[in-house]
Amino acid sequence: MYPLYLIPLMPLIGAVINGMIALAFARKSSKAPEALVSFLAVLFPLASFAFVLAAVWPFLFQDVSAPRIETLFQWMASGNFKLDFALRMDRLSAIMAMVVTGVGSLIHIYSTGYMRGDKGFARYFSYLNLFLFAMILLILGNNLLVLFIGWEGVGLCSYLLIGFWFEDPAKASAGKKAFIVNRIGDFGFLFALFIISSILLKNSDAASSGIFNFATLEEHKALLAPMATVICLLLFLGACGKSAQIPLYVWLPDAMAGPTPVSALIHAATMVTAGVYMVARLSFLYDLAPFAREVVASVGAITAFFAATIGLAQRDIKKVLAYSTVSQLGFMFLGVGIGANVAGIFHLMTHAFFKACLFLGSGSVIHALHGEQDIFKMGGLRKHLPVTFWTFLICTIAIAGIPPFAGFFSKDEILWQAFSRGYTLQWALAFATAGITAFYMFRLVSLTFFGKSRVDHHTLEHLHKPSFTMDFPLIILALLAMTAGFLGVPEALGGHNILHHWLNLEGGVVSEHAESENFERLLAGASVGWAVLCTSISLFLFTKKWNAVGRFVEKVKGAYTLIYHKYYVDEIYDALIVRPVNWFSRVILWKGVDAGVIDGIGVNGSAKATEFLGRLFGLLQNGMANSYALYFVMGMVLIVWWIVH
Amino acid sequence: MESILFYIFGGLTVATALGVVFFRNPISSAASLVLSFFGIAALYAMLNAHFLAVIQVLVYAGAIMVLFIFVIMLLNLQADELHEKPFPKIYLLLTGLVLLAFLFAFAQLFQSAQWIFPPISESFGSIKAVGRLLFTEYLVPFEYSSILLLVAVIAGVVLAKKEL
Amino acid sequence: MIGLQHYLIVSAILFAIGMAGLILRRNILVIFMSIELLLNATNLSFIAFSRFRGDMGGQVASFFVIAVAAAEAAVGLAIVIAIFRNRGTVKINELDLMKN
Repeated sequence: MYPLYLIPLMPLIGAVINGMIALAFARKSSKAPEALVSFLAVLFPLASFAFVLAAVWPFLFQDVSAPRIETLFQWMASGNFKLDFALRMDRLSAIMAMVVTGVGSLIHIYSTGYMRGDKGFARYFSYLNLFLFAMILLILGNNLLVLFIGWEGVGLCSYLLIGFWFEDPAKASAGKKAFIVNRIGDFGFLFALFIISSILLKNSDAASSGIFNFATLEEHKALLAPMATVICLLLFLGACGKSAQIPLYVWLPDAMAGPTPVSALIHAATMVTAGVYMVARLSFLYDLAPFAREVVASVGAITAFFAATIGLAQRDIKKVLAYSTVSQLGFMFLGVGIGANVAGIFHLMTHAFFKACLFLGSGSVIHALHGEQDIFKMGGLRKHLPVTFWTFLICTIAIAGIPPFAGFFSKDEILWQAFSRGYTLQWALAFATAGITAFYMFRLVSLTFFGKSRVDHHTLEHLHKPSFTMDFPLIILALLAMTAGFLGVPEALGGHNILHHWLNLEGGVVSEHAESENFERLLAGASVGWAVLCTSISLFLFTKKWNAVGRFVEKVKGAYTLIYHKYYVDEIYDALIVRPVNWFSRVILWKGVDAGVIDGIGVNGSAKATEFLGRLFGLLQNGMANSYALYFVMGMVLIVWWIVH
Repeated sequence: MESILFYIFGGLTVATALGVVFFRNPISSAASLVLSFFGIAALYAMLNAHFLAVIQVLVYAGAIMVLFIFVIMLLNLQADELHEKPFPKIYLLLTGLVLLAFLFAFAQLFQSAQWIFPPISESFGSIKAVGRLLFTEYLVPFEYSSILLLVAVIAGVVLAKKEL
Repeated sequence: MIGLQHYLIVSAILFAIGMAGLILRRNILVIFMSIELLLNATNLSFIAFSRFRGDMGGQVASFFVIAVAAAEAAVGLAIVIAIFRNRGTVKINELDLMKN
């Protein structure tokens, strides 16, 4: 049995080696050897994936269900606070690990083709491997603090990778924005940790077994019950930051400034799912706080709908996918929020497959068109980029929720759970969102691949076809998007719902009245019908009647402008928050406190005071030595008096 | 008898001490000091410290004061001029107060006390007794003081040289 | 009867006179002589107590004080000569380089 620490260690080694290569070639004019870097960069994630499979094997095929905990070392021990650096492999982390390392490896392979020729080639792979390391720590951590290390680590790598082409100030700002907004969420997370520690440290039993361990938290959850709502809401705030829900989603669309494989890995398949994983992991805690569950589910549903509406009007291919990600994350939070953890994680997995594929596909398109990202300038590309087209199409069908591809089963499971557990309002929003999703995704496909070509002639002649390293991952991901759904076919539709029984992680309140299976079939049928309807309308409009769409848009110009400008949320944040904070920092904290108080009173002031006192005492040195003797004698007489009396 | 001697020698000592402080001419101060030392030596003798009385005269009056007078003459110091800038009045006042305070610190002590000297042996204060202590109990300070004197000799020679 | 207190009073008076000399005279050599007076005053105290307590230790202490005073006088006077050579004066109020 291989030790668990090999799983995060592999990408860490890769990051260090590639980092050293990057540094070694940083000042030279020659570029780092791409072949070597590519080989190393792909080797380590694949090795990690291999170790994951080895570790997961017992859980998959030998019906093991008990978690495997591996303590690496004792990290902190202070008073009765004890913290071990430990990794945990159980069924939940097994799925997450497979998705992360598997999809991660594929994206590394894709990147070797996409990033060819870039002068930061080695640096890119160093960061990407580092990201993988942090993400693995996040999902394999046995306690909240190791999770938090990974949490922060992925935030850091996200910043590094979004602002990868940092010479462009706009791109660098996007990285900065991602990091700062993430930090706001992390503040909530930390606060929750403080509350947990203040409660649990008082209990010696909990303290001795490590208060942040998941097992300890679950065992002593009764102690946390009074503050559970606060804790869960604060943790969810962290999740909003990391997983881009309202109100902290604003960084994700801007994050498209980074290289496209980064968007695929970080902002589709892995980092943004950290929040969902966290809520699923702490499901027992959320069970104690029904209000928090309501909030999570509602925020998820609202975000899903909100983001989907914005996606309707975007022109940049990556921005559409970004808002689609925010929207699908909303679905996932709806799932784990209501306690249907299996459904949420299932959707996480299928979404990882098809969204990564979509992003990588868009990357191939952008790469082929030498950097063009505006879909209004694309069209008819299906002839020129066949592999890209077919995989993109398959994944679009998947995301639209059309069976038998994966998206249908996972999305439908969430919808069904929401409805049957009584969250009707959220169900309605999600249902509507599903349709809107189908609509804008097929708008994307139509405008990009179908119809007449609107591509600039010069670009069309010099189309940069994707290499095999770029096509290969697309194919694999598309296959997964086609087949992964069969892991979770519900009984109502004739399947055994393998995933549900295997993962066995339900929370919340399952509906008291077991809806009949017929009703479930009815609802499923409704979802499919609705999705197919929206798809057909979209295909029709955007391939044949695009001009009509243009005229319609003119009529509803107000609403269209509103969603095109993302409801002006960024502008509102800027006015309400960013500017006042900047003003405060500049005027009060910088000029007032730093220059005025600290420099003026503290540094200069103490110097002046010392000088003053020195001058004052200098008066005593009048040059008359006899007076010095007098001072001696005075002191001595005082001492004599003191001794004698 | 003893009291008369005490008052004579005590008075001599104090008077000449005052002379040291108030004579203008440094030679006069030095001479006054020599006489004061003699008075003190007499007081030592009355206190049965015979050996030390002799040492006092030999070393203090005989060596140290000679050194002083040598230096005064070497530097050819004259009597202090009268038109020197006098001390400010407050200074003198303060000095007087402080010294009086000093003396009065001990005033209470002597109110009631009648400390009579107990009888002692013949060998008390003899050279033999002092010598015995010096070479047994106080051997280490004795050795150190010899080093001190060596250092003082070297220091004196070096400091007073015309050129190093 | 002459008791211990008589000698101690003499010692105190001598000490006070020594301090007065220290504070009121400007000639370095006179100041030195006042310091010698101080030392002698303490010696007298030592010897008086030694007689009072029958302990020879006081006399040994005085012995050492005299030795040290000798050494000190030697070195001090050497310094005075050096100062006189450099500055031409032994008036302490004219040696005020440390003023302010």
